[in-house]
Amino acid sequence: MITVETFDTIAEAARAMQDRTRYFGGGTLLMRAVNYGDQSFHRMVRARDASLRTIRREGSRILIGAGVTMSQIIASPDTAFLAPVARAIGGPALRNMATVGGNLFAPHPYGDFATALLVLDCRARTADGSDMALEDLLSRRDSIRGIVAAVSVARPAGDDFRFRKVSRVKPKGVSVMSIAAWMPRTGGRLKDVRVAYGAMGSAPARVRSVEQALEGRSLDSQTVEAATRVATEGLHPPDDALASAWYRREVAPVHLRRLLFGDGRR
Amino acid sequence: MAKKPVRFTHNGRETAIFAESGSNLLDVLRRVVGDLSPKYGCGQGTCGTCIVLIDGEPHLSCLTLAETVEGRKVDTTGGLQNGPDLHPLQKAFMEGFSAQCGYCTPGMLMAAKALLDRNPRPTREEVVEAISGNLCRCTGYDPIVDAILDAAGQTSGRVA
Repeated sequence: MITVETFDTIAEAARAMQDRTRYFGGGTLLMRAVNYGDQSFHRMVRARDASLRTIRREGSRILIGAGVTMSQIIASPDTAFLAPVARAIGGPALRNMATVGGNLFAPHPYGDFATALLVLDCRARTADGSDMALEDLLSRRDSIRGIVAAVSVARPAGDDFRFRKVSRVKPKGVSVMSIAAWMPRTGGRLKDVRVAYGAMGSAPARVRSVEQALEGRSLDSQTVEAATRVATEGLHPPDDALASAWYRREVAPVHLRRLLFGDGRR
Repeated sequence: MAKKPVRFTHNGRETAIFAESGSNLLDVLRRVVGDLSPKYGCGQGTCGTCIVLIDGEPHLSCLTLAETVEGRKVDTTGGLQNGPDLHPLQKAFMEGFSAQCGYCTPGMLMAAKALLDRNPRPTREEVVEAISGNLCRCTGYDPIVDAILDAAGQTSGRVA
């Protein structure tokens, strides 16, 4: 039997978290688990806290409540740079339910939105007020006990931010891989480049080898070719029903090249 | 099993039921309310045949916690027709042979209704996007897209 407890604030919900308890956000992950008879939890905790559904500017950054849906991301002018990412996730019904916070915990091959956040210097704020880099959260997300209340992301300028989702089903399907890149330029040279892959490991992750190949260089053919040569260095992509690890390794350089050459601009 | 009272407006009618704790909206609609029009397909948000409108927006009822519709408006395919008169979308689906096995049809109709309520004159691309979360394994989608455009009064370009 599943029990559901609803609280007015995220802080109260966080205090109610115990063993075999899961936090209920939009339901797209948790209700699926319930429907398929997941016995690993018997209690769901949720919060009505309005702050969870808020998007607001904080200086040069944007604060996005963990309960903000993909549809809200598309509708808000403050998150226009993330709208193409949100549009790549499911159909309209799913986007009305799937939340930003949930995407951080979506298992492989899901998590395209988290992949994009990863390159935007994202920091996650938990209900107890602590703050951590998204990269840190993703690396230990299975053992984290707190509730993510919001994420804070940098606002990219111009076409510095790019995202590409690769799927075998059109117009919408699950990712074979997704790629996000933030490529600020100073004096024509790339500076503080961040590149991340989704569906190429157990969780979305930055690709240091590619970042290093791009850093400090101009975005020309030579640089792009150098980056594609190390596109899968150190990665261990999984086999699944959508693609084998071999296939993912083979196509990753192709899609990285397309992204760097401009396909995937906002 | 513990039950929770839930009040909502179902196809324009005030409804009060007791939902089992943790149950999804689809189960409640079908087993408690008795509205068999939304269907169970995949149970994981992939197929879209369970789509209903909550406050006018499409939602996957199989992934919606039933108690979250407290005080809200839930519309299903079962409420589309006006007495003996079919909704224009239903007529267009019937006239365009847009249903073969028909299992995806309830979700397709509700996804289409959400689109037309918001955008009465959609383009073909907008229709495709609106039903991008709905799977059909019979029609190849074109008759469905054509029917939605026909219901909107747009020419679908189809040769009868």
